[in-house]
Amino acid sequence: MQVQINGEARELSQDRILLSDLISDLALVPQRIAVEVNQKLARRAEWDELLIVDGDRIEIVHFVGGGTEER
Amino acid sequence: MSTAATALTDRFEIAGHPFNSRLIIGTGKYRSFDEMKAAHRASGAEMVTVAVRRVPLDHSSESFLDHLDPALQILPNTAGCYTADEAVRTARLAREALATEWIKLEVIGDQTTLFPDNEQTLEAARTLVKEGFIVLPYFTDDLIVAKKLLDAGCAAVMPLAAPIGSGLGVQNPTNLRIMREQLPDATIIVDAGVGTASDATIAMELGADAVLMNTAIAEAEDSEKMATAMRLAIEAGRLAYRSGRMNKRLYASASSPTANLIK
Repeated sequence: MQVQINGEARELSQDRILLSDLISDLALVPQRIAVEVNQKLARRAEWDELLIVDGDRIEIVHFVGGGTEER
Repeated sequence: MSTAATALTDRFEIAGHPFNSRLIIGTGKYRSFDEMKAAHRASGAEMVTVAVRRVPLDHSSESFLDHLDPALQILPNTAGCYTADEAVRTARLAREALATEWIKLEVIGDQTTLFPDNEQTLEAARTLVKEGFIVLPYFTDDLIVAKKLLDAGCAAVMPLAAPIGSGLGVQNPTNLRIMREQLPDATIIVDAGVGTASDATIAMELGADAVLMNTAIAEAEDSEKMATAMRLAIEAGRLAYRSGRMNKRLYASASSPTANLIK
């Protein structure tokens, strides 16, 4: 199936995958990241229940230094 | 009175949470993590802002948060958001990741000037307050907007001194004075545009409860030294404000008696 992760199209071998498995496959450390699926917040407690399917748009964020940057 | 004793009698609180320091600083634009940590330490700040960004997926990245002093309270911001919807989504993500209700709300209206979009900020603030966030909104120094933000339930209001990163200092002192006078019970935190120590002192003398800054420290040649200067500047400004300054006069007023002069 094809999904979008952080704005990039990704081809996944599975038909569907649990969000927790996807995060694990991406080798991401769950602490201090947050995830949105189709513009809706995916709470950490739900990750191992939330099924990602074809066409889903996923945002995975973390924290960086900074604020609104001047040009 | 020692600084600690003064702090006890001159309490600073945001949303009922006490702070000893009236300086909040950012984490951007530092030349190195070591410089950032040294500046943070020198500033005496107890709260720092961080931004929310997509995780790079093609390479592993260490957590930026690991480079922050663990004693600091982390205040996530919605930097980079141009709409209320983006800001609300970003705030929700930040809350989930950090397990904090606190959010510094920034909704920018224009890429060149980086001025806030007050209308979108107000809209986002209303939503976020309803969702239980402790909202600290950044906005232009508009009294009417300040009132609306406070009525919406924001924990403080954060008027800009000057455009972000401009280092121009408080451009509209009159506005700030009016705001302080008209909103005596509000927590007013001057945010953006501070450039050097005197700017921070002026902001405090005008009645600000605290100052938030990033560029003034991060872009100083010696950021640690500037952070120290800012800490002292804010203490001085606050003390001066509480001292009840003398009135300004158009004409001189002699400070020694005019009688008994030799001729």
